[in-house]
Amino acid sequence: MNTSANGTDTATNTATGTVSFCGLCGEPAAQDAQVVQGDTVTESERPTSDAHQSCQQRLAMEPPRYCVTCRRRMKVQVTPLGWTAECSRHERLTS
Amino acid sequence: MTTQPNPRRTSTYPILETARQQVLANGEGLNESQLLEILELPDEAIPEALQLAHEVRLEHCGEDVEVEGIISIKTGGCPEDCHFCSQSGLFDSPVRGVWLDIPELVKAAKETAATGATEFCIVAAVRGPDIKLMNQIKFAIDRIKQEVDINIACSLGMLTQRQVDQLAEWGVHRYNHNLETARSYFPEVVTTHSYEERLETCNMVKAAGMELCCGALIGMGETTAQRAELASQLAALEPHEVPLNFLNPRPGTPLENQGIMDGKDALRAIAAFRLAMPRTVLRYAGGRELTLGDLGTREGLMGGINAVIVGNYLTTLGRPADADLNLLVELNMPIKELQKSL
Repeated sequence: MNTSANGTDTATNTATGTVSFCGLCGEPAAQDAQVVQGDTVTESERPTSDAHQSCQQRLAMEPPRYCVTCRRRMKVQVTPLGWTAECSRHERLTS
Repeated sequence: MTTQPNPRRTSTYPILETARQQVLANGEGLNESQLLEILELPDEAIPEALQLAHEVRLEHCGEDVEVEGIISIKTGGCPEDCHFCSQSGLFDSPVRGVWLDIPELVKAAKETAATGATEFCIVAAVRGPDIKLMNQIKFAIDRIKQEVDINIACSLGMLTQRQVDQLAEWGVHRYNHNLETARSYFPEVVTTHSYEERLETCNMVKAAGMELCCGALIGMGETTAQRAELASQLAALEPHEVPLNFLNPRPGTPLENQGIMDGKDALRAIAAFRLAMPRTVLRYAGGRELTLGDLGTREGLMGGINAVIVGNYLTTLGRPADADLNLLVELNMPIKELQKSL
């Protein structure tokens, strides 16, 4: 599936419930995320909303590196006029 | 933008007075100690330094601006430990290894040429190219030459003499291999190869008749004196082009917590590099958006810069191509045409 996105959209992980990750830093995006691929997310591991505001700003200047659905690192190809980011399990993002 | 050079203009800053005569009128770059004086000018002198650098650029390079696109053919997984680089396989970086296929590379070359760019630089994150990469490069060059009217540059790390000869024979127009930082600071930034090894490749490239593109990355914690040292060492190498990068601290690298360079220091550096190398193509490269913001692009182009990387960089995004191209129109700066760059 090709999706035009900035990598910060929320997404649903059908295996573990509704969780989503920041496309830039890979940390859970939602405050109520509890389970990430079987690992418990502790309070201290949750980024603050401020941190993700910073991520949002940085995503204007760099492509996403993490799949927002499963947190896998994506294969990212930057070209002079665009970029693609591909998760081995989920969607392919294009600029 | 058509400021006429005026060697007789006077300045309240002696080093600028000296530079006006030495660089603008006589075409002789400043030496290391003079460059340090430029880099230590007070804030209020920066506009005058940039104005002089701009006059030097117009006098010795002309009004054209060279536009280039760069692309990574092999991203990530590099065995070297350049502390600024997110593509080193030795650091915990989010950048994954990726190879770009040739059809996509040719497509990118066509898109780049359509912007008016005359240079298309193919980059690989490697210590030096192996046979597989060299074969890929040859195939890529052949395909691009068949389909796109653009000069091809390469940046493939350290080369052997045989590889230098092959790239020259295949028609590579320019080869990029940066010094990155001053000789005295280099061991703080890279430990897996030496400054001398970099110089060796640069010298072989020049001897083979390819244009040498040899750049700088500033803002890595070097002192102002080391910045002057770097500009002086680059000038001694006499490269055709110097891409000027500003550190964009990358997650997972040893320099991830290095602060972003002060914009005023970046502007001083632009002026200093131009006054060190009056005839060299001085290209705005990575990190300018972060260090200088949108206004910085204009200030740089009016302060000694005469080339830009259009669009994105290797792993990060640049200003939209249209933004830079429209700015060139606004500043009445023509893009260098292909025949002029040959």
